[in-house]
Amino acid sequence: MYLYDEYDQQMVDARVADFRDQVRRRLDGSLAEEQFRPLRLMNGLYLQLHAYMLRVAVPYGTLSSAQMRMLGDIADKYDRGYGHFTTRQNIQYNWIKLDEAPDILADLASVGMHAIQTSGNCIRNTTSDQYAGAIADEIVDPRPYAELIRQWSTFHPEFSYLPRKFKMAVIASDTDRAAMRLHDIGIQLVRNAAGELGAAFYVGGGMGRTPMIAPCINAFVPIDQMITYSEACLRVYNRHGRRDNKYKARIKILVHELGKEEYTRQVEAEFAHLLTLNLEPPAAELERIKAQFADPAFVPGLPDTLDLSDPAFALWVKNNTHTHKQAGYVVVTISLKPTGGIPGDASADQIRLMADLAADYSFDELRVTHAQNIVLPHVRKDQLHALWQKLAAAGLGAANLDQIGDIIACPGLDYCSLANARSIPVAQKISERFAAKEEEIGELKLKISGCINACGHHHAGHIGILGVDRKGVENYQLLLGGCEGADTSLAQITGPGFDENGIVDAVERATDVYLANREGGERFLDTYRRLGMAPFKEAIYRKEPA
Amino acid sequence: METQFRFRADEPAGDPAVTVDSFGEQTNASAVRIEPGDDARVLLPFLDRLRLVEVNFPAYTDGRGYSAARILREAGYQGELRAVGDVLVDQLAYMRRCGFDSFAPEHPLNQADAEAAMARYPDVYTPTVDGRAPIWAKRHHSA
Amino acid sequence: MKILTGNDLKSGAVTWWTGEGWSLHVEDAVDVGEHGAEIAAREAAARHVVGPEVIDATREGDGVRPAHIKYRIRAVGPTVRTDLSLKRADPAAGNWVI
Repeated sequence: MYLYDEYDQQMVDARVADFRDQVRRRLDGSLAEEQFRPLRLMNGLYLQLHAYMLRVAVPYGTLSSAQMRMLGDIADKYDRGYGHFTTRQNIQYNWIKLDEAPDILADLASVGMHAIQTSGNCIRNTTSDQYAGAIADEIVDPRPYAELIRQWSTFHPEFSYLPRKFKMAVIASDTDRAAMRLHDIGIQLVRNAAGELGAAFYVGGGMGRTPMIAPCINAFVPIDQMITYSEACLRVYNRHGRRDNKYKARIKILVHELGKEEYTRQVEAEFAHLLTLNLEPPAAELERIKAQFADPAFVPGLPDTLDLSDPAFALWVKNNTHTHKQAGYVVVTISLKPTGGIPGDASADQIRLMADLAADYSFDELRVTHAQNIVLPHVRKDQLHALWQKLAAAGLGAANLDQIGDIIACPGLDYCSLANARSIPVAQKISERFAAKEEEIGELKLKISGCINACGHHHAGHIGILGVDRKGVENYQLLLGGCEGADTSLAQITGPGFDENGIVDAVERATDVYLANREGGERFLDTYRRLGMAPFKEAIYRKEPA
Repeated sequence: METQFRFRADEPAGDPAVTVDSFGEQTNASAVRIEPGDDARVLLPFLDRLRLVEVNFPAYTDGRGYSAARILREAGYQGELRAVGDVLVDQLAYMRRCGFDSFAPEHPLNQADAEAAMARYPDVYTPTVDGRAPIWAKRHHSA
Repeated sequence: MKILTGNDLKSGAVTWWTGEGWSLHVEDAVDVGEHGAEIAAREAAARHVVGPEVIDATREGDGVRPAHIKYRIRAVGPTVRTDLSLKRADPAAGNWVI
């Protein structure tokens, strides 16, 4: 994975000094809050419901054991002993003190990490496929390209005061594991008929109040023009994105209001101009970065079989491991969704354990997934059982990847001042209600957002739940049929909302319809797409006799 | 607003800045003020007679002026490019990189803080109009 | 009644205006009547608080009950981590929030 050279290190060190100075000026009164706020946001520091919250960047979700260990230590030293992994592959700490924030950034910088641009109206963390570099169905590892984007977008002088936040994702497979089309810019690396590598640009996707699936505005930008094309997309947005209404300021609104053709025309014109300015990093830079993403020293000829006589182990292998490109290895997903637990939360001890396990079993590397789980990308099959035992002993052995218990949930009203309703208790109740049935139900991606900002990605859930405020009382809307893969679709609302117990019952009625009607190997989503909303709606709102 | 910082050797232009709308008609005007909603490209035919372009930042959060500045420099504008209005210490470095060479903040800035802010980052990741070699060029010794 | 809540600038802790200063405990909050915005502006300018907000509340016995559940959660802590609650020792705290 990418290791900072002296230039990268100097940048994060300078940023720490910069922020330390800004905090000093805030505390001594020379900087007012209105002036300080965008600066602290550009260092990922929010003022939240209970305290300051810090969002640390995990670039394209990849981190080393040493970095993971530091994240655990930060949770103990500066917070209350835990962290929260987010739907953008980052980590959040909820109980931060302003006067300690510069020290946290200094600790992060010591392991090549930062909180740069994890908030604010700027280009945020670029996310990617959590299996990158470990599976066979990618045409290249997308992460070197995400690293090029990270460097280009960091401290970009023209694009730091955009109309609104800007989120990018890069994938290199037709199997979209990063919800690429639900980003402001989504890039899929592709090959043309001549076998040359290029970037397909999808611009104007997003969730939030007005979910939209990004249209493809250019199916093939030569790879050595990817940064320049990105710059063109951003400049058109910076110049013409709406600034009159915060809820209409994302690029998806601009693309929608101009129309895809006009937005594309403007981008192509700007692109033609920018191509004359030599903005693109040279091929040598891409090669330098790619060299750091070379395969680790896989041991050839390892046994490719597993002893699955232990049924609990066998279940975890079936659900939580993925075929690796190298014989004898698997890709492991550690579920951070134990039954009744808080989705995405991990204690400092668990974080450090995962760091140690990565060092012992996965060539020192981990990934954070946008489903709030952790991946160990390169595990030997002959060590898998030993790894699993250690995970299970630490409460990290839930065998529920992509099942109904693998819930994606925003922090909700328990933590977030933007929320209208609590999301975590709903997740906990659902997790407990379905614990015995989740294997029978199979793949079901359930996502909960505590407000319309949709940080829980509920529009993309096979089952989505949206918390709303109904005259001061928490209420929950049920949505069905969303999907974030290559066949992206937006979930549809079923009807009137429910209270906290009602929503759990409604989810159960929906899954009962699925179980009663599924054909062949249909997942919940497939049965829903085949039958449509009607039978689900009828069952959900049917009045049971008293 | 007083110009507080100026990074040019020549004499400041004396003329008052006119609006972009009236600039076309006023053939002897040599100074213009760009508002966030103006299109800087309408000035491109007139760069030769422009000595001063002011870019107004009514609110520092409105970043359109950064694009306007870069567009002018990319087109070859070599006159004075002045950021005016809600300009704070923490925007100076990015503004310099986008081509601004003078600053007239609405509220005067602390001199020491401003100098520190502009000198904070010895290197830059991406090339713009300021001629600074980006880090990728330094890594591979290409200019 | 109207009460004032904010965060301590340096520590980020949730605070409540007592009439004289800022307390960690919602039960110390006083009715600010029509003066909430004025007090908030003054206290923020003096750096005693950040992000102050005037909110609705009622008196109940010895205590103060914010009208909206969000501020009751703010007063006590996340409902899903009672071990981090300001009222860890009080078994009735959970019901009070909801």
